[in-house]
Amino acid sequence: MADEALFHFLHNELIHYAYKSAEQGEVENGRCITRLENMGFRVGQGLIERFTKDTARFKDELDVMKFICKDFWTSVFKKQIDNLRTNHQGIYVLQDNKFRLLTQMSAGKQYLEHAPRYLAFTCGMVRGGLSNLGVKSIVTAEVSVMPACKFQVMIQKM
Amino acid sequence: MAVCIAVIAKENYPLYIRSIPAENKLKFHYMVHTSLDVVEEKISTVGKALVDQRELYLGLLYPTEDYKVYGYVTNSKVKFVIVVDSSNTALRDNEIRSMFRKLHNSYTDVMCNPFYNPGDTIQSKSFDTMVSGMMLQAC
Repeated sequence: MADEALFHFLHNELIHYAYKSAEQGEVENGRCITRLENMGFRVGQGLIERFTKDTARFKDELDVMKFICKDFWTSVFKKQIDNLRTNHQGIYVLQDNKFRLLTQMSAGKQYLEHAPRYLAFTCGMVRGGLSNLGVKSIVTAEVSVMPACKFQVMIQKM
Repeated sequence: MAVCIAVIAKENYPLYIRSIPAENKLKFHYMVHTSLDVVEEKISTVGKALVDQRELYLGLLYPTEDYKVYGYVTNSKVKFVIVVDSSNTALRDNEIRSMFRKLHNSYTDVMCNPFYNPGDTIQSKSFDTMVSGMMLQAC
């Protein structure tokens, strides 16, 4: 499917661009992740507006998370989240065993240190989507073995 | 057909409001403002409600002597309010529903515009034309 490839390439270029401008001293070095995250945030806000156009209103927080795992993930990454876990106190862990944006990289340890920059945009996207649905959160990602990754969503109680 | 159309943000401040008898602007602002309480009431009881009642369209919020006020709330808690003349009896529930649908589609387009900042008032021309179209139809 071509649209998938386009998203992939655009995403790669985005990261490349962010890091290149950091190298040239336009932006502070450590800010790249934040910058990518912010871009994702705005994208997530717009996307969720479109995706939830025809769905019924959500019952609660868990309902929202399920929507993110199923519909949202399918629309963006063509697959669902493999495992959703929660402690029922505002922490959700979304596990994807074959995360689309990491599958093109070597499954070994070679690029492990670069993985966070490929997840920042997605973290922002999830955070943006949730915030637009009225759920304030902090989203972090971690990778231990290459194409698998875990997103941790911490809901901020108001 | 509609005399006033309003879009209200999640935090309950107006993003867009337009009414046709221009001299009565304040009255419509007031009417829309009042309707927010009814909207709030309708969405807060949703936890217990059945699935089919969790629709985005809220139906008739309240009728006044001259007008009827209809409401709609998106998943992102943005509210749409349409005020119609009650003398216009030809207007069915279905038509109101499709008006909201159109409004929602147009709002989504505004949201996806990269030059629009979420939370700002809506200044989009195409949104404006769409709203004018809905207001004109009846008169």
